[in-house]
Amino acid sequence: MRWQIKEKPPYQNALDRVLGWGRKYSIFMYPFVTACCGMEYMSVATAHYDIDRFGAGLPRFSPRQADVLMMVGTLNHKLSPVLLRIWEQMAEPKWCISFGACASVGGPYDNYAVVQGIDRIVPVDIYLPGCPPRPETVIDGLMKLQDKIQNQKQELFWKSKNRDV
Amino acid sequence: MTSEELINHIIERFPEAGLECLVDKGQAAANVPVEQLEEFLKVMKDTPEFGFDLFMDITAVDWLERKPRFDVVYHLYSTEHNHRLRIKVGVKEDQQVPSSALLWMVANPMEREVWDMYGIKFTGHPNLKRILLYEEFKGFPLRKDYPYNKQQPLLEDTWPVRDSQERMDERGIHRP
Repeated sequence: MRWQIKEKPPYQNALDRVLGWGRKYSIFMYPFVTACCGMEYMSVATAHYDIDRFGAGLPRFSPRQADVLMMVGTLNHKLSPVLLRIWEQMAEPKWCISFGACASVGGPYDNYAVVQGIDRIVPVDIYLPGCPPRPETVIDGLMKLQDKIQNQKQELFWKSKNRDV
Repeated sequence: MTSEELINHIIERFPEAGLECLVDKGQAAANVPVEQLEEFLKVMKDTPEFGFDLFMDITAVDWLERKPRFDVVYHLYSTEHNHRLRIKVGVKEDQQVPSSALLWMVANPMEREVWDMYGIKFTGHPNLKRILLYEEFKGFPLRKDYPYNKQQPLLEDTWPVRDSQERMDERGIHRP
């Protein structure tokens, strides 16, 4: 448990929990959709599975307004600078979900074109397995991300997650 | 026009040797030498009796150990007569193929793709450069002598290696 560091003032513990509670129910996702996993993301986002129950129902299609980058689908080497730029445009605090087998490890594609896992480009918090993942998997991953946000150390001055810092 | 009639017409129009025409798997097919390709395609397009106005596809096959090494394959279709023709052209390594981008506009991006993937040059093409891959890419990925999983990343991999990958290295499992 990272928030039990001794140097912290006593109110920090409660503040962390309050901030984490607020942040985990106001997830604004940026779906970076490149492949067929996008269909599964759409089915999760619409009324049948309805991720609005978890406070993540409103995707922002601008990286500057989002705080969770969701890489949905295959990433090619040609596209990787674009993904890195989008990640660097997002404001802290930010998290990243790798949606599906292709984004996580390259999936079935082990060839000249496909990046073998987007964690070579950006740091990933949640990996969702599956080709494509079932909606239940997506909801499970979302709840795990909420756990992570709730239990992590909430820094008031955020260290940058960008790679050049 | 059926395939047999089409083949007969082509043989009448090009009686010289070096042109091999047959009906292969129900489709008219012609093996054309590179030297005659430009004239052949022009006749196929402009003669009303053939009337191939739709350039469906161009692709290539790499046979690696055969001489000539490559086959460039054209697929033509006539919307007027509803018949198809497949043209195969044997191309040696470093041999250039006459471009058909001035006959059919759509051949322009398709020939760029063949150049991108196989490295076959087309003479007379107005803008022959990579279309799908990035300019920094070295080599031609669909050639048989390109390693199937050789990657040329644009960004260097600076994030720490995952512990699962380290475990794979210890066990000697192939890691891409």
